[in-house]
Amino acid sequence: MINPIDPPRRKNPLLRTRLPASPPRARSRKSHGFTRAAAEGRFMLQRCAACNTFAYPARDACPSCLSADLPFVDAPRRGTLLAETTARVPSDVYFRERAPWRIGLVKMDCGPTIVAHLHADCSEGAPVRMSFQLDKSGQAVAFARPEEETPNMDDDRQWREMTADPKFRRVLVTNGRSAIGLETVTALQAAGAKTVFVGVAEPWRPFAGEQHLRKLDGIEIVALDASDEKSVADLAADIGGKVDILINTTEYIRPGGVLDRKGTAIAREEIDHAYLGFLNLAQGFGPAMRMRGADGVNSSAAWVNVLSVYALANWPAYGAYSASQAACLSLSHCLRAELRPGGVKLTNLFTGPVDTEWFQMVPPPKVAPRAIAQAIVAALKSGLEDVYVGDVAEEIRQRLAANPKALERELDR
Amino acid sequence: MTVEKTQRASYDGVVMAVPVTIPYMRYSIESAQWWIGRALSALVAQAGIKSSDIDGLCVSSFTLGNDSGVGLTQHFGLCVRWLDTIPLGGASAIAAVRKAARAVQARDADIVACVAGDANHVDSFRQTLENFSRFNQDAVYPYGAGGANASFALIARNYMRTYGVTREDVGRIAVAQRANALRNPNALMKTPLSIEQYLAARPISDPIHLFDCVMPCAGAEAFLVMRDDTAASLGLPAARVLSTIERHNAFADDPMQLRGGWAKDIGELYAMAGVTPDDLDVVQTYDDYPVITMMQFEDLGFCKKGEGAAFVREHDLTIDGDFPHNTSGGQLSVGQAGAAGAYLGLVEGLRQVLGTAGPTQVKAARLALASGFGMINYDRGLASGAVILAGPAR
Repeated sequence: MINPIDPPRRKNPLLRTRLPASPPRARSRKSHGFTRAAAEGRFMLQRCAACNTFAYPARDACPSCLSADLPFVDAPRRGTLLAETTARVPSDVYFRERAPWRIGLVKMDCGPTIVAHLHADCSEGAPVRMSFQLDKSGQAVAFARPEEETPNMDDDRQWREMTADPKFRRVLVTNGRSAIGLETVTALQAAGAKTVFVGVAEPWRPFAGEQHLRKLDGIEIVALDASDEKSVADLAADIGGKVDILINTTEYIRPGGVLDRKGTAIAREEIDHAYLGFLNLAQGFGPAMRMRGADGVNSSAAWVNVLSVYALANWPAYGAYSASQAACLSLSHCLRAELRPGGVKLTNLFTGPVDTEWFQMVPPPKVAPRAIAQAIVAALKSGLEDVYVGDVAEEIRQRLAANPKALERELDR
Repeated sequence: MTVEKTQRASYDGVVMAVPVTIPYMRYSIESAQWWIGRALSALVAQAGIKSSDIDGLCVSSFTLGNDSGVGLTQHFGLCVRWLDTIPLGGASAIAAVRKAARAVQARDADIVACVAGDANHVDSFRQTLENFSRFNQDAVYPYGAGGANASFALIARNYMRTYGVTREDVGRIAVAQRANALRNPNALMKTPLSIEQYLAARPISDPIHLFDCVMPCAGAEAFLVMRDDTAASLGLPAARVLSTIERHNAFADDPMQLRGGWAKDIGELYAMAGVTPDDLDVVQTYDDYPVITMMQFEDLGFCKKGEGAAFVREHDLTIDGDFPHNTSGGQLSVGQAGAAGAYLGLVEGLRQVLGTAGPTQVKAARLALASGFGMINYDRGLASGAVILAGPAR
């Protein structure tokens, strides 16, 4: 059984901050099938299409029949822990700092045996539930948890290395004026965040929910206009060293594409807010986050973008907006690579049209801001990288995988 | 239709000669090429031949970098007509003698130099670990396994639980080997080890503790393989190869490793040699961890499966004991010089039956068995092998 983690003590500024080390990162190309699964929180293994044998580790031929047709498929997660060990003096710097570190060998019900990181409540001979998680190198690793829920389960020391749990962490929500931003603040508080900084542009202008926010403990309303480089730099100078999770809820949504708009004024606004806003935030807050990736219980842990799913496939009705989102998506992959040495995750949430005024004319289904907020917290708690929120986003994901050209044609109507 | 497995042909006329050990160093700035060069030089000097007489070469090493076997021929000025490199870790020596035996039998070569050597710079071991194999890279190394320690810890824990083996049982093997090592001037471990010290050692990866682990070091080992007529014409004392086995990825359906590939082949091993386990005068197992040695005592037929602990309790494994085992001190006490670790036991076994082991000599040793075990690619050691040698006195 796990004792709940203690709230971190106030940081002693005289002590050296522990720099983030990374666990071993090299993988075969085939093995990134697990990375893809882990990014979305799926548990996938290779199963031979010819003889149905499940195989692990990643292979290029079936060990049972030598077929090369070994697709990654969703697999049953149940297994039994055969044996465990506690590595006390690993040679790798990352693990040496975190020793003792417990791993084990799990026999999956579906066949293969998997070396896995162990949750402290796993015991030999008992069933476990397996997942692939992204470790501090951003690579997939197998993680075994007890089959049943146990007390304080998410406080497990090794599990917390795989996640970006908001508990005891300090979070910046960049846009408190939006419905998504406000719901996110509430969800983060419920998840145990120590402090939520809520960015508000032009704070003298009142906004919905402001009175409620100002009454809450652990909330700090801060002046932040992401599209304004100086505003971002000022805030970063003030609180940059204590932002453990940054949730980029910046939004600027206008309908229209190319031919029905005159000039580039609106497109510039879209780029200023969404793309350059993201860039400003990244330059302001990214460097300190990358440095603080191993800074104790409240280390920096994750950057979250709320993006439109039309970043993945252009929706001409909101065509220029879709393009601004695509720019953000591309930049997010760059930032993910640059944050990686710090062990800081970058998570993108893809949403369909949200139930707000800017999608007034779009018929349902639409995503409730609260659902997005809950998905953000869930993604942080389980360490996901790509999250599709709501039915529209999930459908776009599937159609894109099935036939991108069909999706392009059908979005044009 | 199933394909029938046929009986392998005998090793009649094949001998091993000129056991060479280049004394180990914990760390050395020299390269693997340097160590292999020293071993070749010693082979030539001790055999009283010229390097141009070597017409077959077989090399094993983890630290040659991008050098290939053929690159080594130019490096060492050898012109060979048979060449092999064997990347089988702890099974490399057994595989080397097997391949070389067939080469000289078929007259593809007359004198094959079998050499293993590895460098040990301060960062060599970690680099070897990082680049060990694809499955290891994908599915073991990212889990913080301290080298093979964590993987063998899982195997050891399961084995010990299954058969009720205690740390004290396993420790007897390590303690006896240290006693042997104290008589070997080349052993890196120079102080006695008591069972109390063994048990009190710090844990590395439970149940593996400090004295269950080998110490990585630099060094080289080598021998020559030839036909008996060649040895006679050179006037070289030689040991006959009576029998050998080799097996890879055996018992793949066992969820965890409780036995190695030997168990599949020992019937043939002893039948071809025409001896029984009781006839052996000295035994050299592959001891990367003592629990793996205990497993070999069972799988090589010295006792039944699950009786390894009782076997080590009932026997004295030291040089003067009733079951002389790993008489040099083994890798646990001499050091593990990379792939040379595979050769350590076989080279010592060769010395024993030739009667040239000096301070570690077992009295009247005529028959020796040496085994190899290697390549923990993912969750188990994949390669196994064994050789039975007979000295000139038998």
